[in-house]
Amino acid sequence: MIPALSPNAQWVLLSTLILGAASGIVGCLAYWKRHSLMSDALSHAALPGVVVGFALAGTKNLPLMTAGAAASALLGAWLVVGIRDHSRVKEDTAMGIVLSVFFGLGIMLLTIVNRLPGGNQAGLDSFIFGQAASMVRKDVYMMAGLALLVVIVTTVSFKEWKLWLFDPLFAKGLGLPGRLMDAAYLTVVVLVIVIGIQAVGVILMAALFIIPAVSARYWTHSFGRMIALSALFGGAAGASGTLVSTMGEGWPTGPFIVIAAAVLFLVSLAFGRKKGGLVGALQRYIRKRRMRRRPSPGTSS
Amino acid sequence: MTRRQALQTEETQTGKIRTAENQTEGPNTANAQPEHRKTAQAHAAETEVAATYTAERPTAESGAAVTQTAELSAAETSAAEKPSAATSPAESQPAKRKGGGDPEEPVVRVSELSAAYRKNRVLEDVNFSVGRGTLTCIVGPNGAGKSTLLKVMLDLHPRLSGTVSFFGTSYGKVKSRIGYVPQRGAVDWDFPADALDVVLMGLYGQIGWLNWPRRRHRELALAAMEKMGIEHLAKRQISQLSGGQQQRVFLARALVQDADLYFLDEPLAGVDAATEWAIMETLRTLKERGKTVLVVHHDLHTVREYFDHVLLLNRTVIAHGPTEETFTRDNIARTYGGALRWLEAGVV
Repeated sequence: MIPALSPNAQWVLLSTLILGAASGIVGCLAYWKRHSLMSDALSHAALPGVVVGFALAGTKNLPLMTAGAAASALLGAWLVVGIRDHSRVKEDTAMGIVLSVFFGLGIMLLTIVNRLPGGNQAGLDSFIFGQAASMVRKDVYMMAGLALLVVIVTTVSFKEWKLWLFDPLFAKGLGLPGRLMDAAYLTVVVLVIVIGIQAVGVILMAALFIIPAVSARYWTHSFGRMIALSALFGGAAGASGTLVSTMGEGWPTGPFIVIAAAVLFLVSLAFGRKKGGLVGALQRYIRKRRMRRRPSPGTSS
Repeated sequence: MTRRQALQTEETQTGKIRTAENQTEGPNTANAQPEHRKTAQAHAAETEVAATYTAERPTAESGAAVTQTAELSAAETSAAEKPSAATSPAESQPAKRKGGGDPEEPVVRVSELSAAYRKNRVLEDVNFSVGRGTLTCIVGPNGAGKSTLLKVMLDLHPRLSGTVSFFGTSYGKVKSRIGYVPQRGAVDWDFPADALDVVLMGLYGQIGWLNWPRRRHRELALAAMEKMGIEHLAKRQISQLSGGQQQRVFLARALVQDADLYFLDEPLAGVDAATEWAIMETLRTLKERGKTVLVVHHDLHTVREYFDHVLLLNRTVIAHGPTEETFTRDNIARTYGGALRWLEAGVV
């Protein structure tokens, strides 16, 4: 740990590191399930639940608010699937609707609750952009528990995830319980979201899902290594973003974490060993030059 | 006898791989070995007692070779099940036979099946049954519901009405005996995996959920890849495989599954001649081993050459039966509708 930081800041740092790693892992599953945007819709959909949970408890009761967040995120997911399956509306459109409506509803409720006595001191606003500084040791335990759960779920059934994500039809034919996989998947996604929004906020939570996973894709062709790398990137982004945000008074954590993740993404995009653009361009350039050097008629210029 | 011969030549081909497998497998299967032999003997006794005995006599060397082949034939049918499954092969083997059972009992029986996408009915009152050891192709125009038929039969798409039975029972009970090869385009080939990973997926049922694949599984997968002529691509990224190679990977995955009934959705679409040949060789081998194969096919020119049965489908079954009698101009015309000037070009 870094001695210059206050003990509390060290706890915060540790918790965002763990959170980043957990969402990096789950983000990999979401990436191959083609659910990157879905995770965004889910985290936005969690906001009304947070506010309702607060209103019901009357104080900042974390378990209740987390339960509320989970409930409304699941409601959002259910609506997306319902709209997709029972109307002509496509999934991306359905997600767009759910995302904006739930977020709008959340902001509306937030404004109302903020007017109530004692409402505006509760720091509910921090759920929008994230305020990791408000986290304490108990939160770290919660996040560590979450990360452990995610690691266990992904490693124990690693081969099942691989099959389910690559070829769901074949998986079904082999008798892999699809509903159970769906449920497990949705559980880890929602868990990471509801626990993560405290630190990162509902708006930017999805970035912590998507960016580490897609960055990891540039470095490896193996699913296992991609998950490990994604966890590493997520953890690094979480920790470094938090570190920067503690330098200023009242700086929100979410944006800094996202920017840190984006830097990692840009580096991967350029230098990634497997699909990196710069590496690829360099290879093409070298090949071209070799071709050019070879004396051939018609290409004298 | 001809079937038996074919079986044996097929086994001698694979014999090399299998032997290598036995040697490298180590202590894990060492104790399973006697079991192999036991079933092998039962197998031999059942089919050709005399032949095996005379073959075993002459010299010690050739005798051993024959026992090995017999052993392999037994290993072939239930190879991968043996090590992981709790049931002893002596139990599972006869059960497996009985299920396929009575040769009169059709392997697949579809009755009054219909299905729809939203409000459009794609399949209406589909009735047919498929006998054991046949190689059937399903042909029909675009949108005739060929792929949908496969999906509905395998519970991958909801049905409106009708029943489907496999081996005289419901799909859920015999899932492990049915192999499905989806269209190549049904999956994202950019997924981070190598060819061996994908072939191994065919063994997941035998490995058991939540278990990790072991070396013997990897060797089974490699053996199947060798049969498809792609063992050198085992470590190749699936995104870097050509279309034909991807199709061979899918076929190898189906082979390793060791099912009794296979459904293939357009396995010959967009593959080169060599791959087409390799795939058809594999399907014929499967058929000769008593497996039943149903293929969604689109090339009318090759129907006669490749398949012994044909099912002409256009939202319902137009005709079904042995290719010779069924694949007639009239039936094709009825399947594909009026605009048939292209037929004059001499498809049939």
